[in-house]
This record gives sequence, structure tokens and C-alpha cells, in this order.
Amino acid sequence: MIKYILKRLIYAIPILIGVNLLTFTLFFVVNSPEEVARLHLGNKRVTQEQIISWNEERGYNNPLFYNTDEKGLNAFKETIFYEKSFKLFLFEFGLSDSGRDIKYDIKQRMWPSLAIALPSLLVGLFINITFALFFVYFRSTKVDYIGVIFCVALMSISSLFYIIGGQYLISKLMHLVPISGYAHGYEAIKFLVLPVIISVLYGIGSGTRWYRSLFLEEIEKDYVKTAKSKGLSESAVLFNHVFKNALIPILTGIVVILPLLFLGSLIVESFFGIPGLGSYTIDAIQSQDFAIVRAMVFLGTILYISGLILTDISYTLVDPRVRLK
Amino acid sequence: MLRFIKYTFLISILTLGGCSEKPLNSPYGSNDKSSKVFYSSFQERPKHLDPARSYSSNEYAFIAQIYEPLYQYHYLKKPYELIPLTAREMPELHYFDKDFKNTKDKNKAVYTKYILKIKKGILYQNHPAFFKINEDYIYHEISEIDLENINTLKDFKDDETRELTSDDYIYQIKRLADYKNHSPISGVMQDYILGFGEYKNKLQNLQFSNSKEKINFVRSYNIKGVRKIDKYTFSIILKKQYPQFIYWLAMPFFSPMPWEADLFYSQQGLQKKNITLNWFPVGTGPFKLTENNPNLRMILEYNKNFRGEIYPSLEDKIINKKLVSFNNSKEVPFLDKAIYSLEKEQIPRWNKFLQGYYDNSGIASDNYDQAVSLNNSGDISLNKELEDKGIHLTTATSASTYYIGFNMLDTVIGGHSERSRFLRQAISIAIDYDEYISIFTNGRGIVAQSPLPPGIFGYQDGKNNFNKTIFELQSGKIIKKNIDQAKKLLTKAGYDNGIDSQTGKPLILYFEATGAGADTYAFLNWLRKQFKKINIQLVTRVTDYNRFQEKMISGTGQIFQWGWNADYPDPENFLFLLYSKNGKVKYGGENASNYESQEFDELFLKMKNMRNSSQRGKIIKNILEIIQKDSPWIWGFHPKSFSLSHKWVENVESNLMANNTLKYKRINDEIRYKSINLWNKANFTLLYILFFIISIFIFSVILMIRKKDKEKVYD
Repeated sequence: MIKYILKRLIYAIPILIGVNLLTFTLFFVVNSPEEVARLHLGNKRVTQEQIISWNEERGYNNPLFYNTDEKGLNAFKETIFYEKSFKLFLFEFGLSDSGRDIKYDIKQRMWPSLAIALPSLLVGLFINITFALFFVYFRSTKVDYIGVIFCVALMSISSLFYIIGGQYLISKLMHLVPISGYAHGYEAIKFLVLPVIISVLYGIGSGTRWYRSLFLEEIEKDYVKTAKSKGLSESAVLFNHVFKNALIPILTGIVVILPLLFLGSLIVESFFGIPGLGSYTIDAIQSQDFAIVRAMVFLGTILYISGLILTDISYTLVDPRVRLK
Repeated sequence: MLRFIKYTFLISILTLGGCSEKPLNSPYGSNDKSSKVFYSSFQERPKHLDPARSYSSNEYAFIAQIYEPLYQYHYLKKPYELIPLTAREMPELHYFDKDFKNTKDKNKAVYTKYILKIKKGILYQNHPAFFKINEDYIYHEISEIDLENINTLKDFKDDETRELTSDDYIYQIKRLADYKNHSPISGVMQDYILGFGEYKNKLQNLQFSNSKEKINFVRSYNIKGVRKIDKYTFSIILKKQYPQFIYWLAMPFFSPMPWEADLFYSQQGLQKKNITLNWFPVGTGPFKLTENNPNLRMILEYNKNFRGEIYPSLEDKIINKKLVSFNNSKEVPFLDKAIYSLEKEQIPRWNKFLQGYYDNSGIASDNYDQAVSLNNSGDISLNKELEDKGIHLTTATSASTYYIGFNMLDTVIGGHSERSRFLRQAISIAIDYDEYISIFTNGRGIVAQSPLPPGIFGYQDGKNNFNKTIFELQSGKIIKKNIDQAKKLLTKAGYDNGIDSQTGKPLILYFEATGAGADTYAFLNWLRKQFKKINIQLVTRVTDYNRFQEKMISGTGQIFQWGWNADYPDPENFLFLLYSKNGKVKYGGENASNYESQEFDELFLKMKNMRNSSQRGKIIKNILEIIQKDSPWIWGFHPKSFSLSHKWVENVESNLMANNTLKYKRINDEIRYKSINLWNKANFTLLYILFFIISIFIFSVILMIRKKDKEKVYD
């Protein structure tokens, strides 16, 4: 197992370099360092001298990939790409283009994101599995058909509708929770109630259908017929056999997204004023802060890769037949 | 049962929400208990809070309450008037000729010396940078171990204050010259302050081993034109006459900066924790920034070291350079705290304002109809819902202008030939800015006659003075020239019915646009329609902001839209946008049209150094006639700002030049408390219904499962 994990970690290095190269190329193909400087320095009274010194200060005065003024390895090392990418592998994210320490900001912002994402995941999981089991229990009946239509309808509605509708109903008409905002510590809970409810509600349609299909696949298997032929009730078969066996894809599906929970949700955080990581990347793209963009893409890639590795490990834990080599 | 639901919900939310007396939907925590609190929001986090660098209104909203330049705008007076803030009096001016000999003849004067005196006894807010034991600054070299438990400024156990001195203003002027601070006005100041450029170059070429060495050098260096006279007096020498310089002295750029703070914040350990001068200002103003979480909220609290200031009165007068105040009964600030929450989305921002959780709000286009209506006489009034809540509307025309510019370097639309001038004039007549204001700004704007907005000396109101190229007097009324006149001009330009007489081909013009939102496309469609009125085909080229800037810098764009917000209320600050030496392509300046006219330049330079007088008025009139005839811009419009405030907010005045207005605001907390509680009573009816439906659903499900299980068994 350790050998397998090490192998996966080594495979991750070219992936990370590739992603970083792609982000870098896309960013600087669209914007030259001079344009980025101009955007950061503002619209009024910006001089060419200021642009040059801003770029120099941030190391954007070097060539992008290859420095013709240098020889040997230095021709690659004295470039923006090398300077900006190498330190990422040491988790040195450095300062954003506006001068803030990125690592510090990420540490501060990941907790509010997690505060919404984790309860949303757990509550959503419970509700979605409950609904899915219920529909599977009444499969091929009117209850199942209506349920599926209901799920499709829920999926078809834009997330913005849930957010604005939820804020209008619960905060504006019923005055039960704040429309938006956040507080640290236990006071955060009153701000989290509504976004969590909305995140769960928004995910019911797709989640229930996904779990329903997993349960349906499982219920057709031979062991279920055997259990039924032994005289077990439908609910006993469903909960004691089908549910347990369907847990393997459910668990692995959850494990893969667990690390990504830190990255948060853009729309929910933006509308509810949650100071999470969701809007961090988008804000950085809008303000053309390459330092933040590359750090967040790098972090996202690492989290995704670790999610996949965790999934593989979790397979071995829930299914003894699986061995990692 | 219903009571059970209600109390369960109440107990859980109250327990979790801090057991406060506030309504359940209050977005404020149990710690926000002070009554004199001003609540507001900000849409975008301020990028910089360093006064050497900040240059936008969302940054000024904070730093202007903390930092104090020498002068400020009188809160109540219009036209805008400067009065002393930390200065003891208005500056004393001395003129010198080219040999640096004193002269009283302004025509001979080359150098101008400003003698600036500051008030004694002004104290900075308490700050760890000032804390000393036995003359040693304890926090100027913090060890790694000591930094472990420090995450914000509040984590420093000790702090101290010190008196404001003239050295602090001089130090800040030197900071403006430091290329590392990227001050947007360093280029302008280089043109005016004697020795500023020299110092700037010297600093750029020096290498320092650490911040302390650099700061010691900066402190010891004497800029030729900036001299300390005594602890409370210093002078600035300008190498040109520039009467508008005093307005710069009222901007945050010229706020005092204690060197101790600069050294304190230059420590790398603090920078790694985002504790920098850019985020934690140190000022002498009525407020200090006690919480800076630009991703959530920013809190300003009363600076207990603030010396106090009298609420202004319209009777206030400057006599012998000194401000004589006639209203000494009220001392500002009236607030203990101001809480600004980040609210990116407009819908929650508006709803929270209506619930009373924000004391003021602007009016977004989406809420315009909900907030404001036009009555039969064309006056703007608030809608009933807002009026019933006692909300006040304050309107003001901004000292800014939005225009469509022609690139004067372009071979078709630019240049000074009659042909191109007639073409520009024809287009200027064809474009209906009244319609634009009505469609795109909900009527919030006035059609511009020239670059000068209302409130600026020389402004043409479109009634007594107007742009004769575009408007005409008919039966005592000023009306826009009709489209036939535009077509005639087009024919004179050699584009009869939109066909180029030289090539026989239709005239096609190009408009450079940025943004890709629905509003942009609606605007572009409207603009095409305006050009179509005179049979000119307009091709719109939508691009991102960077490409747009590139086109403007290289001069490859043809027609574009741009705007300008006043730095200070003087016509020079608008007319310089058309001065040839500010051409964007040649000089990288703010003259985006690259307009060049010798006649204009001569009059501009003459007008620039004059004080407002009838003679200056005449020159401005001549200047406007020249540019109106040449039409390098379609003059566009001056936007009106609408702002709403609740009935409990007092002393709300529209002063768009003054940024430090928080100190004048007052809150009647009793009215606020009653109103918010009345407007936000929890309504549990829907909760009961929801609970009832869920209960029925669960109950039915249990029954259905039991029934089905039984069926299966019997099967």
C-alpha cells in the first residue's frame, strides 16, 4: 500500500507541473505583465515608470519561459515561469499581487468554506439517501415516478432561485435568520442555517437520483433474490443488504470530494457574504491577481489528487477484495 | 405542539446567536452593543489603505476617517470651500522670481512657497509602533517567537501615542516619491515640488541592506523644496505656479505618516501575517480601524486621542487665513463605531437596508422602480413603502463626466480639417444623451454641455450658457439641433447620406467597447441606432479592458467611451484632459482623445494659474467655445448620485468632494431600535405549516412502508 501511495505521489508531480504550465500559459497569453500592472495600479495618472517598477518588484520583468540573456540552466531559471512555479512545490505561495500573504489568507478563508460545505454534505447525504431508499422501496410505482419527476424538477431550477427564494422567504418574510453575513465562533451558526438549507435543497434532486440508481443497480443482484427467497421483508433486505453493499460507491464518491470541501462554493458564499475560499479565486481572476490564481489552481489540483488517492485507499477498507499494488 | 416548534427554534437560534435582544434575523453579533454605531456596507474590498497609494472612493471611505491631511472641504458649503483640518490656518504664500528673489508680482513669479502651520497637541491613535521603554522602541524588531501569538494589531499588549509634528507631513511627501509605494501622484508632484524628482531618482538608485537603514536615510534627506521650519511648521516650494496645489493638500496623499509606523510595518514577520501599513492605518483622525477583515467586515472605532472638532455651520468664515466658527455647541464625532460589512450582491444589500440593518444605501438600477418614482411635475419622490419607513433621499450631481471620445489621431474621425470637424459635430448632434440618461441611468444624470460638471467654476447649465454647436435657442428655449442639421453637416463633411464622396462607399466607423454584460450590448445597440439616424454604420468592437487600454495607448482605437471623476473642484482638473501635453499616445497622459490645439493650450495655461474671477470665467468661456467647435468629445453626461438613509441617521448632507464625513453623522438609536424590532418580528406561521407538512409526510411514509411490508409478507 505504501509503495502504491508513493507511486501515486510521484505521478502527481508531472500532473502538477502540467496544470501549472497550463494555468501560466493561459493567464499570460491573455494578459501581458504590463497589462496586469496597469490594472493593479488603477486608471488614473499611471505612468510607464510606475508600471516598470511594479513589474520589477514582483519579478514580472523577466521573460516568460526562456531568458535569452542567460546561459545554460539559468536561461530557464531566470524566467517568470520558474520563479513563480518552483516555490509552489514547497508550499510557498508568497504574496498576492496586491501585497497580501496568500498562505495566511487561505488559512483564514478555508474554515468558513468548510463550515458550510461539511454540514451541507452530511445533512444532504442523510436526506438524499433517505429519499433514494424510499423511492427504491416503492420502485416502479406511482410514488417512484412522482419522486423522480420531483427530483428532475428540483434539478432543473437554477441555484440562484433557491438562494434568492430562500432569502426572501426565510429572512425577509419570516425574519428567522439573517439574509447574509458571518461571525466567528458559535455565532456563525445563525448565518449558516440558511445557506446549508439551500445547499441541501439544491442537491436533493441530483443526489437522490444518483443514490437511487446505485440502490437499483444493487437490488437487481442475485444475493438480494436469495435474501428475499429466504423470506426477509423488503425493508430488511433494503437496509441490511442493499444499503450496506451500495455504501462502497457512496463512500468512495464522498471521499473524493472531501478535500475539495475546503475550496467552498462561489455563488453561495457570494450571496450569503461568507468569507470563504469560494470567491477567492474568482475575485483573483477578475482582479488579474496571478499569484492567487496559480496558488489556488495548484491547491485545487493537490486536493483533487489527494481525494483520488484517498478514494483508492477507502476501496481497500470497505471492500476486502481490493488490493493496492 | 406549535409552541414547542416555536420555542425549540427560538431557543436554538437564541442560544447559538448569542441570546441577544436583537431580532432573530439581525446580522450583528452580541458584541455589537454600543448605541452610537453606524452600519453600512461595502461592495468590493478596498485594495489599499496606504494614503500614498489609495486613489479610489471605496478606499477613501475608510482612510479619510483615519488620516488627516492639512485641509478639508467644509461639509455644508457650496461651492466647495477648503478650511483647515490639522493646519492652524490657510497657507501663507510667498512668490519668488527665477533668481529666487522675493516678488509680489505674480506675473514675474516662478517659485511659490507654501508655509504650512499645524495645530499643536494633535495626537495619533494609540499604536504599538510608538511604544517605548527607556527610549527604545519595543516593537520595531519583533522576534520570531514573539510573533507566534500575534495575528492582528490587537494582539500587541502595549501601545502608545505621540504628538503630530511637521516631520510626519514631510516624511509622507518623501513616501510619495518612493517608487516602492507606487503613488499615483508621484509623476504630478515631480512636475511641481522643487527637488522631488531629484530625490525620487536618488532613492531609486540606492540599495539598502534593511528597512531601518532606508528609513533613516529618508528621514535625514532634505528635499530641496520641502523644509522643516519648526516642530509645527514646514514649507513646500513649487517650481511652477499651481494654485490648485492646495486641493492636493486636502487629499489623503498629503496625510501625515509617522516614521515609527513605517518601520514597524516593514518587518517581514508582520508582513507574512498581513499586518502592513496597507491594511492597518495609523492616523490622527476621529476614528481608527480596529478590525480589518476585508472579506467580512471593517470596523472603525472612535479614536479616544482625537482632539475634537466643532460641527460646521454655514456661518463659518475664513478671516485672516483662520477659520472662525460660529457654531460651537456640538463636538464631532457623534459616533462610537462604524461597522462596514462586505456585501457583494445587490439583492441582500438592498433587503438588509430595508430591514434597517444598514443605515444608508445607494439605489441600484434593479431597485430603482421599487424605490423612486417620478410625480406629475417630473420631480423625483420616494415610493410609499420607503416613505412609510421614514427613509430620506439625498441627491447630488457628481463632480464627474462621462463622454464619448474621438481619437484625434485617426485619419477619418480625427484631425483639424473641416471635413473631420463637421463629421464629429454631426455625430454629436445625432446622439441623444437625454434618451441615454433615461434608458441607462433611470434619469439619474444631466446632459453635459462641456467637460465641466455642475459645481465647477465655468459650468454651463444649458439654460443661460450652452453648447452652441449642439444646441440652439428657439422661441426662448434651448433645444438640441435637429437631425436634419446633423445631416447637413455630414453632407458638408463629404459624407452625404453616409456615403463617402471620395470613395463612393458607405462610411463605417468603429467603436471600442469593454465589458460583455447585458447592459453593454443594450448600450451598443442604442449607440448603433444613434449613428444610424445619420446613416453612419457603426461597428462595435467589444474587447476586454486590457485590450481596450492597449488600443488607447497605441492610438489605434477610433471612438470610445471614458469618464473622469474630479480630484478637486477646479476647472483645470477637467480641462487638462484636453491639454496637448497630456496626450495619451505621445505623453502617456489623461488626454485620451489626443486632442491638440495651440489656441486651447495657450488659454488653458493662462487659466490654469488664475484664481476664480470674471477674467478667468471669460477665458474658460473661450476655451469651451474652442473645444465645443472642435468637438473632440461627445460631451455626454454628468451622473447624479442618489443615496438613501434611514430616519434615524442625522446630519446627512450631500458633499461629494469631502471624504471625511463620517464624523458628522449622528444616530438616533432609540428610533432605530424601535423601528428594527417592529420591521423584523419573527413570523412562525410558515414554519408551523412546513412542520405540519413534513410530519404528515413522515407519518404517511411510515404507514406506506408498513402496509407494503405486510403485503410482501402475505404475498
